[in-house]
Amino acid sequence: MQKNPIYTMTGAENSQPKSYNNNKIWTKPFIIGVLVVLILGIISLFTGVYDIRGQEDGMRMFFITRVPRTIALMLTGAAMSMSGLVMQMITQNRLVESTTTGTIEWAGLGLTFVYLLFPAPTLVQRMTGAIIFSFLGTMIFFLFLRRVRLRSSLIVPIIGMMLGAVISAVSTFVGLVFKMTQNIETWFVGSFAPVQIGRYEYLWLIVIVTFLIFIYADRFTLAGLGEDMTTSLGLNYNNIVLLGTGLIAFAIGIVAAVIGNLPFLGLIVPNIVSMFRGDNLRTNLPWVCVIGMGVLTACDIISRTIIKPFEVPVSMILGTLGSMVFIMVLLRQRRSR
Amino acid sequence: MNEFAFENKKSARISSRLHIENRSASAFRSKKEERRYWILLTTLIALGLLASYGLLVYNNPVPVNSPSFIPVVRRRMVAIVSMAIAAICQSLSTVTFQSITNNKIITPSLLGFEALYSTIQTSTMFFFGLSTFLSFSNIGAFTFQVLAMVLMSLILYGWLLSGKYGDLQLMLLVGVIIGTGLRSLSSFMRRLLAPSEFDILQARLFGSVNNADPSYFPFVIPIVIVTAIILLSYSKKLNVLSLGKDVSTALGVKHKPGVIFGLVLVSVLMSVSTALVGPLTFYGFLVATLTYQATPTYDHRYIFPMALAIGFLVITAAYFFMYHVFNAQGVVSIIIEMFGGLIFLIVMLRKGTI
Repeated sequence: MQKNPIYTMTGAENSQPKSYNNNKIWTKPFIIGVLVVLILGIISLFTGVYDIRGQEDGMRMFFITRVPRTIALMLTGAAMSMSGLVMQMITQNRLVESTTTGTIEWAGLGLTFVYLLFPAPTLVQRMTGAIIFSFLGTMIFFLFLRRVRLRSSLIVPIIGMMLGAVISAVSTFVGLVFKMTQNIETWFVGSFAPVQIGRYEYLWLIVIVTFLIFIYADRFTLAGLGEDMTTSLGLNYNNIVLLGTGLIAFAIGIVAAVIGNLPFLGLIVPNIVSMFRGDNLRTNLPWVCVIGMGVLTACDIISRTIIKPFEVPVSMILGTLGSMVFIMVLLRQRRSR
Repeated sequence: MNEFAFENKKSARISSRLHIENRSASAFRSKKEERRYWILLTTLIALGLLASYGLLVYNNPVPVNSPSFIPVVRRRMVAIVSMAIAAICQSLSTVTFQSITNNKIITPSLLGFEALYSTIQTSTMFFFGLSTFLSFSNIGAFTFQVLAMVLMSLILYGWLLSGKYGDLQLMLLVGVIIGTGLRSLSSFMRRLLAPSEFDILQARLFGSVNNADPSYFPFVIPIVIVTAIILLSYSKKLNVLSLGKDVSTALGVKHKPGVIFGLVLVSVLMSVSTALVGPLTFYGFLVATLTYQATPTYDHRYIFPMALAIGFLVITAAYFFMYHVFNAQGVVSIIIEMFGGLIFLIVMLRKGTI
């Protein structure tokens, strides 16, 4: 099988508008974007209460907390926005993301069960539980979308969020029976505060996911065209959907176990990118990656400075800002219709 | 002037002045179905009354002839009244909401009432501390909460349903997103609370009839009754509105004003219920779904009484069994929610379209 059929087809290049046809990634705006993200990263390295230049063990603290935190921000930002993009590609619905499909609630349910089975679970156990449950949940949602005829694309996130409410009702029930509701609440609030050396390394696994998404990007786009189209183009639809869901669940499960819930990141970033760049997936992917990193790092810097010397969980900033951006995206869509 | 009487979803007939009594179709397909409906309704009401009677006197630790018998019953009476209020609010508002939005698997609790409620509660605890929180339960505070919630929904509906691009589903989605935003705000504040404060707040945030304060009743009961009567008398119009925008416009009912009027009533009922007994997400859904199964008609004049009966029976029976049979107090609302959620999943997977 050829590596990516759509690009080797003769004449296929001409079917796209000319402005989107250049596959060059390192354009000037992109380089500027990367520079901005790098600057944000450097700011993030030097934001914090502990004075790393004045104190004697400053450099040690720098490498124990600041560097891991910044790396974690970059990895998570890229992973969440890419998995949002993959979900949107597979379902062909711009409003789908881990927040609006209930995936994150499934991950929470997985964490709850892990805490029930093992009194003091290791990070690997927690991650495994979160990954398995978010895979199951996302699969259930996708299966449901395939079975049901939709009258409007707006109904999909509504149903997904209701599904999430059901799952979190189950988690609350389990938590209340075993007296751990405050723990559950704490997991659902994503924060980078506890990130330090020895506690975040699993996030590096996300790099593999990102890499695989880059390789299979074209296939996910094809899968979005539907089962018949995909099959007639010579690909196995079910395998692609399974692979995509697996990658999403892997990324979200790791992030849920290590960081927590990061609402709307996977939704706003791909939407912002496609607003000013159109929908050429191949060249958009690096943009989604970089902007995801930038948005998350900027939000985390805000969360660390807004009530200094304390800090706000970043998920609260993301939830508040993200819901505003989401509503803007919706209203924009309404106007263009 | 012509009057529109809508009988069946498939055949809406115009009954003009020439209307002949025996030509008008009944709301039911056959006499047998009608009889079954009335038998079922009577049985459910009887069961509901039985359950509430059981809640009142069953397992009463004090003998009947003792002077403290009456105070015990009175205390339990408060719980029954708040159950009845919750049942009326939730079942009527969910049925109305589903008819207006022309969608049988969404509930008005999606619109973020519960998020707004928990934001108000949490921010009281967060900004003013425990003592203010505990005293934040007088009539004034209650009125403030209800007004804030109705106002928010009015602004939301008015803004999103007006104009050229007014869209019901968009409004729903925006409501859901606002709810999520508020929820992340309040969950952040909850995180900063001390565990003891958190526990007190948690007790109030879970819907429970035991949270209800009887001093609200003189204020709440008239509102609920008036709103319910308006809704019941609105049921003929709801019959038409539930056919969707195009059909109802063709039948001479202005769709948008009708929808906004219905939504305002829904938001009044939802706000009262949320402020009185706390958030309940899937209870209304559970009741509405059971009602559609039990009522073989689309006429709201028959759906509403059935919804009321089922709503009251579900909540009283759940409390009776959990208190006196399984001895599991405090988790009743969560169990109702779980059941409602599971029914939601089943209905969602069995339906072909949404």
